[in-house]
Amino acid sequence: MNHQTSTTDNWDAVRAACLEILPEHIVAFIEQNQDLEHSEGQLIATLHMVQAHFGFLGRDKMHAVAQLAQVPLAKVTGVATFYHYFRLQPRGKHIINVCLGTACYVKGADKLSQRLMDDLGIQFGETTKDGVFSLDSTRCLGTCGLAPVVMVDDQVYGPVTPGEISIILEKYSRREKSSRL
Amino acid sequence: MPNPVTDFFEALTDRTRTRLAERGDAQKTIIQIGSATCEHAAGSQDVLEEFTKHIQASGRDDVIVHKTGCTGRCSKEPIVGISIPGRPPVKYERVNREIVHKIFTQHIQKGAPLPEHALDNSLDHQYAFEFVFCQGLRCNHLGGLKESFEQLLRQHKIPEDQVRVSTHGCFGTCSEESVGQAAFVLVRPSKVVYRVKDQTDLELILREHIRGGRIVEPLRVTRKPISQDFFDLYADVSFFSAQNRIAMRNSGIVNPESLEEYISLGGFKALATALSKGDPEWVINEVLKARLRGRGGGGFLTGQKWKLATQNEEKTRYIICNGDEGDPGAFMDRGMLESDPFSVMEGMIIGAYAIGACKGFYYIRAEYPLAIKRIQNAIDLCRAAGLLGKSVMGSGWDFDMEIRLGAGAFVCGEETALIRSIEGERGQPKVRPPFPTTRGLWGKPTCINNVETFANITAIINYGGDWFAQVGTEESGGTKVFALAGKVKHTGLVEVPLGTPLRDVVFGIGGGVQDDKALKAIQTGGPAGGFIPASMDTLPVDFGPLAKVGSIMGSGGMIVLSEEDCMVDISKFYLSFTQEESCGKCTPCREGTTRMLEIMERITSGKAVMEDLDKLERLARLCQQTSLCGLGRAAPNPILSSLKHFRDEYTEHIVDKVCRAKKCVALVRYEVSPDLCIGCTVCARNCPTEAISGNRKEVHVIDQNRCVKCGQCYEVCRFDAVERK
Repeated sequence: MNHQTSTTDNWDAVRAACLEILPEHIVAFIEQNQDLEHSEGQLIATLHMVQAHFGFLGRDKMHAVAQLAQVPLAKVTGVATFYHYFRLQPRGKHIINVCLGTACYVKGADKLSQRLMDDLGIQFGETTKDGVFSLDSTRCLGTCGLAPVVMVDDQVYGPVTPGEISIILEKYSRREKSSRL
Repeated sequence: MPNPVTDFFEALTDRTRTRLAERGDAQKTIIQIGSATCEHAAGSQDVLEEFTKHIQASGRDDVIVHKTGCTGRCSKEPIVGISIPGRPPVKYERVNREIVHKIFTQHIQKGAPLPEHALDNSLDHQYAFEFVFCQGLRCNHLGGLKESFEQLLRQHKIPEDQVRVSTHGCFGTCSEESVGQAAFVLVRPSKVVYRVKDQTDLELILREHIRGGRIVEPLRVTRKPISQDFFDLYADVSFFSAQNRIAMRNSGIVNPESLEEYISLGGFKALATALSKGDPEWVINEVLKARLRGRGGGGFLTGQKWKLATQNEEKTRYIICNGDEGDPGAFMDRGMLESDPFSVMEGMIIGAYAIGACKGFYYIRAEYPLAIKRIQNAIDLCRAAGLLGKSVMGSGWDFDMEIRLGAGAFVCGEETALIRSIEGERGQPKVRPPFPTTRGLWGKPTCINNVETFANITAIINYGGDWFAQVGTEESGGTKVFALAGKVKHTGLVEVPLGTPLRDVVFGIGGGVQDDKALKAIQTGGPAGGFIPASMDTLPVDFGPLAKVGSIMGSGGMIVLSEEDCMVDISKFYLSFTQEESCGKCTPCREGTTRMLEIMERITSGKAVMEDLDKLERLARLCQQTSLCGLGRAAPNPILSSLKHFRDEYTEHIVDKVCRAKKCVALVRYEVSPDLCIGCTVCARNCPTEAISGNRKEVHVIDQNRCVKCGQCYEVCRFDAVERK
């Protein structure tokens, strides 16, 4: 089934409104897909792009994707909430992921998690008040040989002991402080 | 008869050869550095940068850096290999910037290797020659050749530190042999393979090769053993020499971003063979002969699956590579996608040709950014070289592929859910039948195979289905890659022939349990698998035997558990995983896993009664029998297998309120021993809840009502005065 791009008489206004929310390259990606066979299959890819750009999927952004791709908003939200990788809330500047895969678990990832929650004063899925750190758990980063591991942004640390947590956090908060000065 | 595919392939290999010759790497010193997610995490990028600086500073243009994937020796990363022309390669472990400086100034500049940093002490003994005898069934038939050779060496008084004799898994060189009996021997570092029949041949080798340093041409075979490049580089490390590398033959050898290097290692020969024959049925028959079973967990015969897809009248067919490796504790697919993407790709193109697919999809987890990057690069390079797209290799058959990203849903590893996800929907499974081979992606016949399955295809085509079948067992051919992790000394990727006893993997290759603790159980198959108690460690790894004891082969996670692990706790961990990952479509899985988890919570917190155990078992069976998809049906496996083999631990938790491994926090209490406490106050200062009281130089006391059992005091006490009961 192929979706027509212009099914409404106010298409130009709709498109302009979406362009205010989404960056051009994402709009171009959606529009270019509309002409392809099975264009609805690109929804997940589109959401990946939105999240890569904004760090999360906000309501207005999902709405814009739904409008442009001509799919019901309910479907976009349905997909976005089904997959763990998509976030609906803004995140901290640095994202800390504690690996809770089996290898890390048997090597003490629970202690690392506890230490991080104590040190940051937040639970999994939350962001610190200053907006610097978000804490999350992940299911296996595939670096089981280095268990237990903690990933901050794209950097993987392992094997980490609870004592080393404060050193890792310090590294990032110091960088934050110096960039603010 | 001229064949466009053969011509295309010859032109391709010629071009590659010329280009590689222009680079002239054969005369250069090569610094090989691993580059994969795990290597990067261990610091290989720093190492790479440091070497580059050193090369620039020294002004040497005969030293180059060669980026490869990962060999799977995780706990010793970053690994660096130094190959100086004419000398055996040396590997170093856990290299950092400081060691880089030492390696460069002493080994590369002055030619003196550093045994103290060598991988697994591989430099402690250096031999002039190493003779590796093939251990394949056919070669072993003769028997005793290795022993005769060792005897011969002793008779001729060849010093033991000069020549080493060892064995290795099947070379694959025998696959084209039809007459006579012989055994194959590989000589390192000479890169020669001899075909040895009898004592006379052995004597000839001793006289000519060892004494004279000349290659015995009449005995030499030109066919390359399947993992010769791997042997050449790594055979002196015990972790590797006990393995049999087929699916991972190029991992850690080839530059995963270079198509030319892959071709120079025999790449795309299998595709050329398949296409030039022009007979998809021949491909399917070879794969059937190989008895290759799906490596993703199901264990369905790959050839059979392909055959089913071709029997459909619908001509628009799809092929999908399942790289949604969500099983916590498994990383073989990531390893192969990152370290040898072209081999997975070639296997997939061959599969597509066999079933007559027009389009292929890689479904990869978004959590594997490097794997995605390398596969995209491989697709681009293959397309540019005419290996993908219109008329693949000049055969007239069109095929192209693209990547689709997963988004962190474990259930998408299930094939019908994966198809929904590619269609852009929520990844919820459908009822089977119809199976995807009948009605799959967009209603068309679709074959979904695992990454490792595809990685084996090229070897089957190149070396023959019969050869592949004899590597494994009666039921299933070939090898299996395991991600060995948990409480084991050497963690990493291990590839062994199917049918190898578990014991050989854990103790032989893995080096045994960490800190020499007692082995309690081995867990295979991840959250869908089960536990194999230590008493059954002679069990052969194969689909059938594992299922018989209540576990599954799964995708290849192998977690070693020691006496310090609580089986109830680990079972709860797996269940909490599947509970969270349940898609919620069918009631038995959605509600069943939740209720079971509640019971497990009660057990580990000491609030359960014996009746709960029966309830748990009943629910588990119900969930197993009535769930819609594999996730739900397999979710109770950890519970059922731990109940079967470790029921006494459950009873202890419920009746005695004791966790013998001291893992279940609610059942543990901390006390200060009055005899050992000297009153140093360290524990009191570290207690987060101020539950410890006592003055300096007085015995401290823990207030059990305030204690949150965090275990800080236990860890910080230097006098072992805090006891965990």
